[in-house]
Amino acid sequence: MSEGPAGVQETVLEVSGLCTELGPQDKPVRAVDGVDLHLHRGETFVLVGESGCGKSMIALSLMRLLPSTGRVVQGEVRLQGRSLLDLPEVEMRRERGGGIGMIFQEPMTSLNPVMSVGKQVAEAVELHDPAHAASPRARVLELFRQVGIPDPERRIDEYPHQLSGGMKQRVMIAMALAGRPGVLIADEPTTALDVTIQAQVLQLLRDLQAETGMGILLITHDLGVVAEMADRVGVMYAGQLVETAAVGSFFKQPRHPYSRKLFRSLPDAGKRELGLDIIKGMVPPLNQAFDLCRFRDRCEAAQAVCGERLPPWQGDPQDGYRCHLAVDRIELQASESARHAPAAADAGQPLMAASDLRVHFPIRKGVLRRTVGFVKAVDGLDLALYPGRTLALVGESGCGKTTVGKALLQLLRASGGRVDYDGANLTQLRGESLRRLRREFQIIFQDPASSMNPRMLVGDIVAEGLRAQGIAGDRRAEQARVLQLLDQVGLPASSVGRYPHEFSGGQRQRIAIARALAVKPRLVVCDEPTSALDVSVQAQVLNLLKTLQAELDLSYLFITHNISVVAYLADEVAVMYLGRIVERGPVERVLNAPAHPYTQALLASVPVPDPDDRREVLRLEGDMPSPANPPTGCHFHERCPRAEARCRREYPARFELEPQHEVSCWLYAQRD
Amino acid sequence: MRLSLLILLLWLIAALAGVVLPLRPDEIDLEQLFAPPTGGDAWLGRDELGRSLGARLLDGAGISLLVASVTVLISAALGTLIGALAGYLGGWWDRVISRLIEVFLAFPGLLLAIALAAFLGPGIDNVIMALSVMGWVGYARLARNQVLSLRQREHVLAAVALGRRTPDVIRLHLLPLMLAPLLVEASYGIASAVIAEAGLSFLGLGVQPPQASWGAMIREGVRYLLVAPHLVLVPGAALSLVVLAANLFGDGLRDRLDVTSRNRR
Repeated sequence: MSEGPAGVQETVLEVSGLCTELGPQDKPVRAVDGVDLHLHRGETFVLVGESGCGKSMIALSLMRLLPSTGRVVQGEVRLQGRSLLDLPEVEMRRERGGGIGMIFQEPMTSLNPVMSVGKQVAEAVELHDPAHAASPRARVLELFRQVGIPDPERRIDEYPHQLSGGMKQRVMIAMALAGRPGVLIADEPTTALDVTIQAQVLQLLRDLQAETGMGILLITHDLGVVAEMADRVGVMYAGQLVETAAVGSFFKQPRHPYSRKLFRSLPDAGKRELGLDIIKGMVPPLNQAFDLCRFRDRCEAAQAVCGERLPPWQGDPQDGYRCHLAVDRIELQASESARHAPAAADAGQPLMAASDLRVHFPIRKGVLRRTVGFVKAVDGLDLALYPGRTLALVGESGCGKTTVGKALLQLLRASGGRVDYDGANLTQLRGESLRRLRREFQIIFQDPASSMNPRMLVGDIVAEGLRAQGIAGDRRAEQARVLQLLDQVGLPASSVGRYPHEFSGGQRQRIAIARALAVKPRLVVCDEPTSALDVSVQAQVLNLLKTLQAELDLSYLFITHNISVVAYLADEVAVMYLGRIVERGPVERVLNAPAHPYTQALLASVPVPDPDDRREVLRLEGDMPSPANPPTGCHFHERCPRAEARCRREYPARFELEPQHEVSCWLYAQRD
Repeated sequence: MRLSLLILLLWLIAALAGVVLPLRPDEIDLEQLFAPPTGGDAWLGRDELGRSLGARLLDGAGISLLVASVTVLISAALGTLIGALAGYLGGWWDRVISRLIEVFLAFPGLLLAIALAAFLGPGIDNVIMALSVMGWVGYARLARNQVLSLRQREHVLAAVALGRRTPDVIRLHLLPLMLAPLLVEASYGIASAVIAEAGLSFLGLGVQPPQASWGAMIREGVRYLLVAPHLVLVPGAALSLVVLAANLFGDGLRDRLDVTSRNRR
């Protein structure tokens, strides 16, 4: 089975009928339910699915690293013909890292902070590479070079905190490669990384695979990563594989209704006028035995038969889907359209405008906490927000975009510059006059879990602004307004008496939106409001934000790192790098004809959900410099492939390429 | 949790009984020196002066409860106030208070309490004072850290963004979330106050003879450990039970107060 005749692909990993349960024996949660998959030599199989679908549990079951409450109750795992589930623990330890390498999502927490990275990799070499066990250093250096760590002789003695996130993930990969495994399991290896770094790591994984011929089992929630990496795809839903296919045919014609809905809920420029598809309802709890299709309640194409018995697997085990219906009989309704207000050609007067805004955080040292320097999180930034329009502020983590949002709303006080709102300079306002004005501009945060007081009822959370501003009137009027707001964001009235933790992430984000809308603001800063959410839930929240904008003529500052959300939602884009805006313009101009080399690289790094579009352009090397000590001249010149002598000396002036489209780059100097 | 609550309740009843019942903990009966816990007329036996151990135990329960609860109340209130101020005001206030907390933490607590009690002279009120002077530091440090981390939370920012006044932000968004860890700390504080009182009394710095306290009973009993071990075992067992119960209660409280861990999902 594992070794076929020449010409037939060699199977390195074979999983059949895998069932994994979690929790107490008497009422278990079946996290993985009957999963079959094959991984060939030199092949990348990608498991894709939303959070809680069981994809990580598969990886942990294979490695026999399940949490103490978990157990594999059925099934077989064969690694190059050897049954892993029957191995004694001693031999299994040899397979982990030897036969199968694994890398995890969080490079920040998967390394030991008090041990040099070289030692940590050497540990893996000593365990799994007898030839080099006696003196592992040379082999570690070789591995470091292999994973593209620059200056390995110096890096080998450094500690994890001295390395950036991307470098740490490279160290993790080096560790996984130490035993020359035939199979590499990568569980969301780039989710915690910025897109430019993600592009580097994905490229590295592909190069290493070509070099070593290992099979990669990649786990992700990002269809863009799937398109970029996969040879074959498996879609997980509620603990089961619902579709497997070769990547080309999957992206051309996904078969299972769930796969199709996933695609239709992805935001992109083409859906601007339409709104995104949503998947209604929630994933069913897995602590039950299913005797009918587990997607039925959420499926628009469901027929009578779907509620009668379990759906059969149609097609080949390697290329099929789990559904009662034939592909051409699956009919999905057109999307529930979000209302989209066409942006007025003439935007008129800005609602809020920042000029030369600066936020510097002092770096203090010593017993007396003397200021020895500044982190220039925002360093001279101009932007304007117009009623009824959306400005997207785009950039990688650490570029200062969140700080901008907080400084505009005076949640952080600026170190310099001004923020004008309705004729007042907000940075000069204090006390009661500022407090009164706060109802006009609101903020929605990224993490709906921490943005709500866990000890307050949802009704009190939504009513908080009404009470703070004294605009509710009596209790009955307040109650009525709260119910109206909940209805507006699509939550039942019964939510009032419940606590935030009883809601899912998407529902919590709706509560946060209702809270912000309660005071009837004219401007809302949305700080990564969907990046903690799954795509189908993200679609609901984006639709809601768009509909609300059309209804209430809201102005949005949309802070995000997700380019496809920008394409779907924004009217204007501003790209930020190290505390400053490097390019700004109308969304279709910036996304289709980016001018600044950083914007070009950022856009090129975003994985696109289309396997025919595996671009090989402008991969950025290196990491973002520290905002405490930015490079002289143009902040970007160290990473810029087109840098000239002038870029090292002077920060570029701002050039207008055409009306509204501005870029700060010396490349455009001659046009001036 | 239930068992520990029961024991703490018994402690309270014992303390009340010591006040309400017509006990005579100081009555000497020289004919029944060292009467064993079983067989004699007195419940739990008699000590080296023929005093009833049961009566003295109940009397001592009152002392330990008084010292523990007053000490914890004073130090928790004082510490929370000072720590929360340091965390909220920041800047110079924070630096001065933090240094002060560190100075206090640098001393071994009990040693300083001993020195203080020796300086102030023996007596229950001085024991309470000495223990409170040492006790506030832990609460202050906890409250300061709580305020510092909670201030960064997004619901606090959201409340500010909605235009809540500062006192309301503190009352609605900081205090309720600080309360849980402070209550847990306080329940552990009860245990350590009981031990500290017993220790000070054991050293002769707490209650003075002939008044009974668990620590004092142990001190006097130690001399007759080989002849009449129950003199030490009876107050020792009571002390251990109460301390254990207070600690278990603290653990239970911590688990109970975590709203999200109680019924997640």
